[in-house]
Order: sequence, then structure tokens, then C-alpha cells
Amino acid sequence: MSAMSNSNWSRRSIFRAAAGMAAAGTLAACGGNNGRGGGSGSGTNLVQFFHAYGEAGTEQAIKRYAKAYSKANVSTTWITGTNFEAKLFSSLLTKQAPDVFEFHPQLQLVKSGQVADLSDIIDPVKSDFNPADINSHTVDGKIYGVRMIDDPQFFYYRKSMLEKAKVEVPTTLDELLEAAAKLTTDKVKGIDLGNDFTPVQGNLIWSAGADTLDANNQIAYHTDAVVQGLKQLRQLFTSGHVLLDAPTDWWDPSSLNQGLCAIQWGGLWSMPAMQKALGDDLGIFPFPKVGDNGKLSVTNGGWSMFVNAKGKNVEAAKAYVKWLWIEQKKYQEDWALSYGFHVPPRSSIAAQATKLKSGLPAEAVKLFTDYGHFDNIAWDQTMITALNDVIASSVRKGGDPEAALDACDKKVDVELKKLFG
Amino acid sequence: MSTTTTRGVAQPAPAKASQARPRRGLRSNATLNFWLFTGPFLIGLVIFVFVPIGWSIWLSFFDARYTVTPSNFVGFDNYRQILTNSNFPDSLLTFTIFAAFIVPTTWALSLGLALLVNQLRFMRAFFRSVFFLPTAVSYVAAALIWKMSLFTGVRFGLANTVLGWFGVDNIAYLSNPSPPWYWVVLVSLRLWIQSGFYMILFLAALQNIPAELYEAAEIDGAKRGWQTFWYITLPQLRATSTAVILLLLIAAYQAFDEFYNLITTKATWAQTPLMELYKAALGTNQDYGAGSAGAVILSLLICIVTLAQGKIMGFGRGEEAK
Repeated sequence: MSAMSNSNWSRRSIFRAAAGMAAAGTLAACGGNNGRGGGSGSGTNLVQFFHAYGEAGTEQAIKRYAKAYSKANVSTTWITGTNFEAKLFSSLLTKQAPDVFEFHPQLQLVKSGQVADLSDIIDPVKSDFNPADINSHTVDGKIYGVRMIDDPQFFYYRKSMLEKAKVEVPTTLDELLEAAAKLTTDKVKGIDLGNDFTPVQGNLIWSAGADTLDANNQIAYHTDAVVQGLKQLRQLFTSGHVLLDAPTDWWDPSSLNQGLCAIQWGGLWSMPAMQKALGDDLGIFPFPKVGDNGKLSVTNGGWSMFVNAKGKNVEAAKAYVKWLWIEQKKYQEDWALSYGFHVPPRSSIAAQATKLKSGLPAEAVKLFTDYGHFDNIAWDQTMITALNDVIASSVRKGGDPEAALDACDKKVDVELKKLFG
Repeated sequence: MSTTTTRGVAQPAPAKASQARPRRGLRSNATLNFWLFTGPFLIGLVIFVFVPIGWSIWLSFFDARYTVTPSNFVGFDNYRQILTNSNFPDSLLTFTIFAAFIVPTTWALSLGLALLVNQLRFMRAFFRSVFFLPTAVSYVAAALIWKMSLFTGVRFGLANTVLGWFGVDNIAYLSNPSPPWYWVVLVSLRLWIQSGFYMILFLAALQNIPAELYEAAEIDGAKRGWQTFWYITLPQLRATSTAVILLLLIAAYQAFDEFYNLITTKATWAQTPLMELYKAALGTNQDYGAGSAGAVILSLLICIVTLAQGKIMGFGRGEEAK
């Protein structure tokens, strides 16, 4: 090997080494940005999944609580976009599965052994929780999730617009359709039920005097009143009095705030932003009665913390959930009241929640207590999706509601068989 | 398959040793060079394409709910399930219609753009870049722009503003499936993103057509314009056209992003095959067996269509054959 070629070779190798180091540096930079918070704290790393809350400061708050925990490094995955459940379910199968995640109580998660039994951390404070929230997380006497927040969902309306159009607050679905017609002008649509109408699918059933499943976990939603309600919703959908394809969907206060509609379906979480934008020009009412035996209804949604039973650090994850969502009442109160409004599921916190004691928030809490329907743990994601299809095919597409419900029955029956044998 | 992998992996070592040898040695060993250049690609192909395909075929014969390492063999049950008791066959139909529309439209539009740009005497590079730029945009980002600014249902969306000048009422393009305005949104988006890329392919092919052909045609009395286009340009573009149509067809069958973001899974219409498979396997059902069965059916369909198309249009025969 000549000296010439040798020096040539080494010059190249220097370039190569430099390039390699640059590449490694880039990779290392990527690796440092994984939200695991460096090497502080003890050795345990936990990952928690949250859907993206819309209110400013929520992501920072969750990360702040996690940072204050000293016994493990908790990193937060904040999942934006509309399909939190699909992303959660698919990552639960992988090695990157979260140790702790927020979701709604659903039986298939318990039956498949996906979520850990949290009875031992909840039992000591069980009496402090809203009994309905304990009930909705209990299977065979064991409690599988800690409720963080309760989220009643109902209609918001602009008082001034209803007054101007001389419309009373609707108490039946017929009146709601009429109101939407009267409130619609060339600039403002009467009502916003979400772009795909699925947010009110539960209310349509409850307000028609039916239920998703009965006490024996049999189909209870397939009644004549529900069919009638679906037909009315179809009428509303095609009336031209509904706000559709707005830039923001029902869970965002913008449509009402910007005057795109006079009535909007929404959650309690939107109330602070709406009050800020609209002041006193804001009222609320529950989903109106459907049919002759109808009842007023409100969806009591909410989010709970679950521990991934198939994760690597189940005990550490439970300890974290216990610390944050059982012991740290300051953080729980902050989470429920400082950003969007949520009803605290624990009576000791709810008792001190002065922000919810007067005015419109107090009215919302009353709707929550009087007309609210909590999660049914047996009504799982597959069934919810099946009911989404009913709304899509009978309300939006204009198909026969009876046929759509029959198709839904089939899917729900298959799932019920899987869950209950 | 395994021989390919080992040979690919084994080769880089002797390649390094050859550095000390004179350059001629590197050039002479054709086999070595072949594996040196194709090896890394082949390894990737095997790991990321062939292994997953094999795994899918295996999964499709098992009861694989909530797992990808199943043990319960179920024969053709998954195929029966996906073909009879799901929306998958519907999605194939929806989709064939979509492909039948989007493929010729994109072909015509990109060819048209290429012809126009090719005619330009100045600023050709500028227009070439302008038309090509949308290719760089992701379908998801474009879908959000289409959904939230061009085709919103409210009065200040671009499309509704324009319609408003003519006194037409606001249209909810995406929420309301009847009439199916959502196709306007989907098709316009795909045209915008795709056309530029295929225009570049056509442009390259156009510039490869020998000028003598046109001169000869002119001497023979062919008129510039339609006649030369029909008898010279189009036949000369045959190989490129075939490739473009093939790529467009495959892209159409793979459509997912913009449908997923614009139509969402909370609808029963305009669900592409991949969306149905996503819902079956990765969404809330977590049924990898049925999902894989669908994936296998879809792969077979794409293979058959591609082969048939190659047969009809002579893909691979190329220019030399003539």
C-alpha cells in the first residue's frame, strides 16, 4: 500500500468519522427529546396517555403534576386528533404501551385483563366518591379505574338570539326542530349538534325513555320511540337549520362564541370560555323529550385513570395513580376547575368548588344531578361504534332507521355474547 | 428468501477489502457490484415487505383478536367473515368506482400540464416547480386545509363564499352524504397533490422524444398540433403512460389518509378498503385475523390488476421492443 493511497484513505476515514459523529449527534438529540425527563428521580419510567384537552394550560398542568412525583419518571403522551381510542387501543398491544392511561370504563378492557384492579387504592376513600362513578367502574365488586373528572354534556344557547326570535327554551324534540327553524337567519344557523350528530346518540335513546342496555345487559335501545327520534333527527339534519362542517366541532366553544349558531351541544368544560366570550348572553338546557313518554337527559361523560395490567411496572403505575388521583387533592381540584370546568367526582372537593356553586355552573351541576346518565361499563367501544353507524346511515344518509337498528343489534349481540357468554 | 438475505449481508465485507485493490477490480466484478448495490435495498424489502406479507398470510388463518401471535387455527373463517359479514366488499366497490374516475382524470391532467409546460419558452423551470410543489405536501395536511378552509360548511369557507356570489345556499360538503359532494373534496385534493409528480414524469418523457420525428412528420405533411400529438407524441409516451396508470391505480387502492381525515370512520360511505382493514385490525375491533385476510385479498387484487394491465398495455416491453 503506497503512502499516497494510505493518506488518501485516512483522509476519507476522517470525513466518514466526522459524518458518523454528526449523524450520531443528531440521533442523540432525537433521543433526548423523548419527554422522559432525563435521569432525575429513581429508575422507574412510566408512560401516561392523555387525549388532547382543548383548554389552554391542560397539557402543562398534567406534565407539572407528573414532574412533582418523585418516585418515578412519568412521561406524558398527549394524543391530538380525533381518534384517541383507536390510537390507545393499538398502542396497548405494543411494547410502547402506556403504563397509565385515561379512558372511559369499558367492560372489554376488564374482561381481556387489560386494566388492573385498583380496589385496594380506592377502597379507603370510596365513600368520598360519587357513588355513580364508583358503580360505573365496578365489576364483580372490584373497582378498575379512578374517576378524575365528570363531564356533563348539554345544550348551550344564546339568550339574546332566542329572545329576538321569540323562541322559548325547547323541552321536546319537536320544539327543538321548530326553534332551530326560527333561529336560522342568513348568517346564523339554528343549532349545532356536532358535525356527525353522534355526540347526542346516547341522549336520543335516554330522552326517548329507553336505555342503551337494560339491567340484564340486553339491548334496550331498539324501541319505536327511538326510531321516531331518529326520523326527527333526519328531518333536522336535512332542514338546513343545522350548522354542519364548521371549522371546529361540538367540543370546542368556537361555533357558539363566534355566532355561527344559536344553540350548540357542548360540555361543561367549554363554559368558562363561553362565559368569557358571551358574558350573560348564555343559557343551558338538557336534551329535550323524545316522543310522548320522553324524559330530559344529559350525558355524564368524563375521564378516568386506568393502569395497564399488562405493563412492566404495574405496581409503580398504581402507586403513581394513587399519589396523584387519590392523595393530591390540590392537583385534582386544579385539574377539575382551573382550565375547563368539570364536576369533581369526589364530594370533599366538590364541596369546596366555589366556582360551581353559583350562576350558570351551578345550573349545570343541577342538570348533571337531575338528568345525567353515567357511563354503563357494559356499553363498550364496539357497541358505541355500531350506534355511530346507525346515526351515519339513518340520520345523515337517510336510510331506514329500523334497518339500521337491526344491523346494530347484530353487532351488539355478537359483542354481548363475547362479554357475557 | 433467506439466501437473498445472507448473500446481501455477507457481501459488504469483501467490498471493503477491494478498496486497496486497483479500481479496475471493482469495475470488473459485476456480480459483486450487483449485490453491493441491491443488497441493502433487498434486505429492506425482505424485512419490511416480504416478512409482513408472510406474517399476514399466516395470521389470516388464525383467530387473532387482541394478539399478533395467535395459536387457534380457524382455516378460512376469517376470509368468510371479511367477505360476507363486513363492509369490506362494499369498500372494494366504492373504491373501484373511485379508481375508475381518478386514474384517467389524473392521467389527463398531468399530461395536459406537461404539454403546456413543455411549450413554454420562458419561466419553464418556475412553472415546473409550481406544479410539482404540492407533491411535497402530506395528504393529512392537505386534508386539513381542504376541510377547514376550502370546503367548510359555513358561509366563509372558500367554496361556499364563491357559491354565495351566485346566491347558492351553503353546502355541507363532508357531513351530508346526499348529494355526495364529498367526492368533489376528495377528488380535487388528490388531483392537486398527484398531478404535479406525474407531470414531471411526462415532461421527462416528452423531452426524450427525438425532434427528428416531428421534422419528418412535418415533411410528410402532418399538421402541428392535434395530428402530431395523436400520431407521434402519444405513441411515444406509451411506456410512461403505462407506468403512470399503473402507479395511479396502486395509489388509488392504497388511499387512506385523506379519506380517514375528511370522511372519518364515523360514516358508512366512502370507506376505502384500507380504512375497513384499519377498523377491523387496528381500530377498536383489534381483530388481526380478519384484517389480515382482507389485506391478503387486497394484495391479490392489486397483483391481478397490475398483471392484467401489464398484459393489455405492454408494460415492461418498453421502447426497445418496437
